[in-house]
Amino acid sequence: MRNPTATKLLFEMSCAGRGTQVFPESDVPEVSGLAAIGAEFLATEPLPLPEIAEPDVVRHFVNLSTLNMSVDSHFYPLGSCTMKYNPKRHERWARLPQAAGSHPYQSEAQIQGLLSVLYELQGMLAEIAGLPGVSLHPAAGAQGEFTALLTAAAYFRDRGEQRTRVLFPASAHGTNPASAALAGFECVQLAGGRDGFVDLDELRAQLDERTAVFMVTNPNTLGLFERDIRQVSELLHSVGGLVYIDGANMNAILGRTRPGDFGGDMMHYNVHKTFTGPHGAGGPGAGPIAVRDFLAPYLPAPVVTWDAARNWYSLSVPEKSIGKVRTFFGNVGILLRGYFYIRTLGGRGLREASENAVLNANYLLSQVKDFLDVPHGDRCMHEFVASARRQKEQTGVTTMDIAKRLLDYGFHAPTVYFPLVVEEALMMEPTETESLQTLNAFAAALRAICSEPADLVRGAPHTTAVCRPDEVNAARKPVLCWSAPEC
Amino acid sequence: MDAAELRYAKTHEWVSVEGDIATVGITAFAVQLLTDIVYLSLPTVGKSFNPGQAMGEVESVKAVSDIYAPVSGSVVEVNSSLPENLSLLTESPLDKAWIVRLKMRDPAELQGLLSYAEYVKHCDKDGH
Amino acid sequence: MAYLFDTPEQRRVMLDAIGVESVDELFRQIPQDLQLGRELRLPEPMSELALEQEMQQRLGAVSARGVCFLGGGVYDHFIPAVVDEITSRGEFYTAYTPYQAEASQGTLQAFYEYQTLISQLAGMGVSNASLYEGGTAVSEAVFMAMRVNGRHGRVVVAGTVHPEYRQVLETYFSRLGTEIVVIPPEGGVTSLEACRRALDTNTCALVVQQPNFLGCLEDIRGLTESAHAAGALSILAFDPISPGMLKRPGDYGVDIAVAEGQPLGTPLQYGGPLLGIFTCRSEYVRKMPGRLIGKTTDRRGRDCFVLNLQAREQHIRRDKATSNICTNQGLLALRATVFLATVGPRGLRQMATLSHQKARYAASLLTQIPGVSLKFPGPFFREFLLETSMRAEDLLPALSAEGYDVGPAPGRFATAGLAGLERCVLVALTEKRTRQEIEGLAAAMTRVLQRG
Repeated sequence: MRNPTATKLLFEMSCAGRGTQVFPESDVPEVSGLAAIGAEFLATEPLPLPEIAEPDVVRHFVNLSTLNMSVDSHFYPLGSCTMKYNPKRHERWARLPQAAGSHPYQSEAQIQGLLSVLYELQGMLAEIAGLPGVSLHPAAGAQGEFTALLTAAAYFRDRGEQRTRVLFPASAHGTNPASAALAGFECVQLAGGRDGFVDLDELRAQLDERTAVFMVTNPNTLGLFERDIRQVSELLHSVGGLVYIDGANMNAILGRTRPGDFGGDMMHYNVHKTFTGPHGAGGPGAGPIAVRDFLAPYLPAPVVTWDAARNWYSLSVPEKSIGKVRTFFGNVGILLRGYFYIRTLGGRGLREASENAVLNANYLLSQVKDFLDVPHGDRCMHEFVASARRQKEQTGVTTMDIAKRLLDYGFHAPTVYFPLVVEEALMMEPTETESLQTLNAFAAALRAICSEPADLVRGAPHTTAVCRPDEVNAARKPVLCWSAPEC
Repeated sequence: MDAAELRYAKTHEWVSVEGDIATVGITAFAVQLLTDIVYLSLPTVGKSFNPGQAMGEVESVKAVSDIYAPVSGSVVEVNSSLPENLSLLTESPLDKAWIVRLKMRDPAELQGLLSYAEYVKHCDKDGH
Repeated sequence: MAYLFDTPEQRRVMLDAIGVESVDELFRQIPQDLQLGRELRLPEPMSELALEQEMQQRLGAVSARGVCFLGGGVYDHFIPAVVDEITSRGEFYTAYTPYQAEASQGTLQAFYEYQTLISQLAGMGVSNASLYEGGTAVSEAVFMAMRVNGRHGRVVVAGTVHPEYRQVLETYFSRLGTEIVVIPPEGGVTSLEACRRALDTNTCALVVQQPNFLGCLEDIRGLTESAHAAGALSILAFDPISPGMLKRPGDYGVDIAVAEGQPLGTPLQYGGPLLGIFTCRSEYVRKMPGRLIGKTTDRRGRDCFVLNLQAREQHIRRDKATSNICTNQGLLALRATVFLATVGPRGLRQMATLSHQKARYAASLLTQIPGVSLKFPGPFFREFLLETSMRAEDLLPALSAEGYDVGPAPGRFATAGLAGLERCVLVALTEKRTRQEIEGLAAAMTRVLQRG
């Protein structure tokens, strides 16, 4: 039960001299004869951190947690984020000592078990992608994009080619252009066809010897499978370019089709989405990439290799590696959760998961299409984009209002105002781990909201601890840090 | 300032001319498209721009837009109090919310800009 | 075994409502010739019990592991139970990015507290809500410096900065034409004179580390003044435990301070996920990478928290964003928040002091062994570079066999500034190491070196 008095800031709870004894007294003798740290390096004042007793710390954070919606507590159909159930067994196994307690500079001999698991995971991700070269390094999808683009750039450089342009459709995730720019490419955005698919003529007109990579999410951000993906790929390859598949929506197609089979040359996975690493209130994720054989020599260092004769796992540097994209190996804790998931489900289970994700999304679509516009048709993959443009025109109720009102009904809101190509967009991804009853209840809530008095909806949410924070003032006069009141 | 007297860029800047000095701001229509503006960045005095080059930026909570130079020239003055008084962009877009003054390099470029009537028509198209 | 629960009858209801015969029909959106048409070749599905037994066997064993004296950016620190308990709450770890503020006040307030705690720890004006880890935080800092001063030609990096941070920087800037100039260390630290020579009018930033990768303490104030004299920004990578005892980055007047935040309550996990700490002067806030949480008020005037200044980020600014980062390290930031709230200023001081005292004790014992000395005689905080009569690649496995894990050896990094250290190894101490373990290490090293 929510405790309305418990949301003071840590700093307001601080009381000088309070605190918890966590550490013991020193058990080693004082040492003389070694150089002492000079005054120029030593702190002159105590740190201004708050002083709080442990029971108050616990009560504070437990009460804060009750102000969140989460997959464990609520239906969370946040499109493009694949908020599926996070199996509890993964949490326990990720804490096994070799997984949780290994230092990254531990010797290979000490982590053969862990390396064997990571090696297997490389192979599994290659099989699911239909692309043989895998790097587990990238910390998240966006870093996977960046890493793959650098990998492609190294390949082109090796071939003596000057390719400077990265293309993507207007419906792309913002990370695609941001990663391309970071990697030093010129960004070219394509409008796309009215039907939501890549427009082949538009694409063709943009392709030439400067084209490096076309980045495309498939299924795309409208929840549609790019039906011409094979032709897209042929077009790119005909000018010597490569196709990058943003794997954010892999949950739709596991075991039904593979990026490598439909013409992708490189892709990233979002392990926290597709393979249900928990989202952690914003992260961590893991964004491993898979690439074609001719790109594998350029992958970041190191990769895990196996010497069958000695049954020995080691770390090795690919022949023409682009180098390191982060410290140490990768977000191993999240990668392991993905591995546990794949091992639990097997090939058939992954396929069934995708099939049910698609079934659930299509069912939800069928339950809302009579009162919400769904501009891109009656069929979708694992998610679809509805629009509240009719509601906005008729009653002034916007997508944001509907999203906020859903919170009153006990549902997290869908992704709103994305993709940018649909006005008043509501992007819904129910995932496979929701039951028919939950989907019915959610659809009923949406239906009810669409017939509620406009003022009621525009005033929502009514039941949450706060309502419609003033974002304009927050951005005009940013307060990003607590400071002590002046006495 | 009379809206009908000004010249306009398709990118929603207005220009008022006095001698070889062009005063530039952004139109009420642009401000409305962006919704509540939260931040404005200005160019530094002395910097020169070609037509269509970004001189600064306006930000709302959910969008960001460049302010383009409608004509070529160098910045002789900026409205340095405007970033602290962003509400002027809605209250007085054509007067108090002027953004920069450019010393024009080629006043003939003004001919390439839109008249008020043309701009209104352009906005109709832009806003569907 | 997928996590599914609708019965065949319920699935029939759903298919009927959609108006299709079968799930296969839904997949007709995928051209037939692109469909896999076979099952993925993956291991057979496993029950919870069977997989747990297998994983316990493969990931449970640590018999080969020794007592941890390993350092080089992440350390074997103590994590109070409170940290695990709080961050195991599903309301935190199964939520996502707090886009819907009303449904995420718990996360938002915790991250606002994180930003404040990290600002206090670093002595800097503002902290973001986390980046991936220390290495990419350095690269992001250099990008930010370029946005601040518009200089793109050169970045000057001390050769004493963590070699992996420098490798990441090289990868990140490999296509951008920026010259990365490395200052070779002199006596384990960066010479002011060499630094001044390397800085030119095209230099966006100077990157240094405190304590540096070799364990030594740098003249950060002097280096920062050199950077500023050349119009460059000063970027400092710091050890987040060090402010318990040493000056904070802000005390030296640096412009951007970053850190690997793992020591603040995150398990080692073979080096990931970690916590990228990123702080800077308040006036650069609109140039910062990553998410920021801001305090504001709601419709009824109540204090609350929101994602703030989102126009910097990729989902709005796209190719002009201040970074491509989207998913960050929220849960690790929460761990750091709970950690700092629990240990408080005195706990952090104790951690720093204990680590330092134990490092001194270890150094004094180890340097009594014949043939063993400190490579650099200057002061160190919690990690020091030891030179022995043996090559590091022989010494380290021999010590591991004795039950003590030491390192890394700087010689393993084939990168500028770390030449001539083939017989050197880093030794790192934390509050967790006991007198007995330290004395055990000294005895083991004595035996190993005697055997030769």
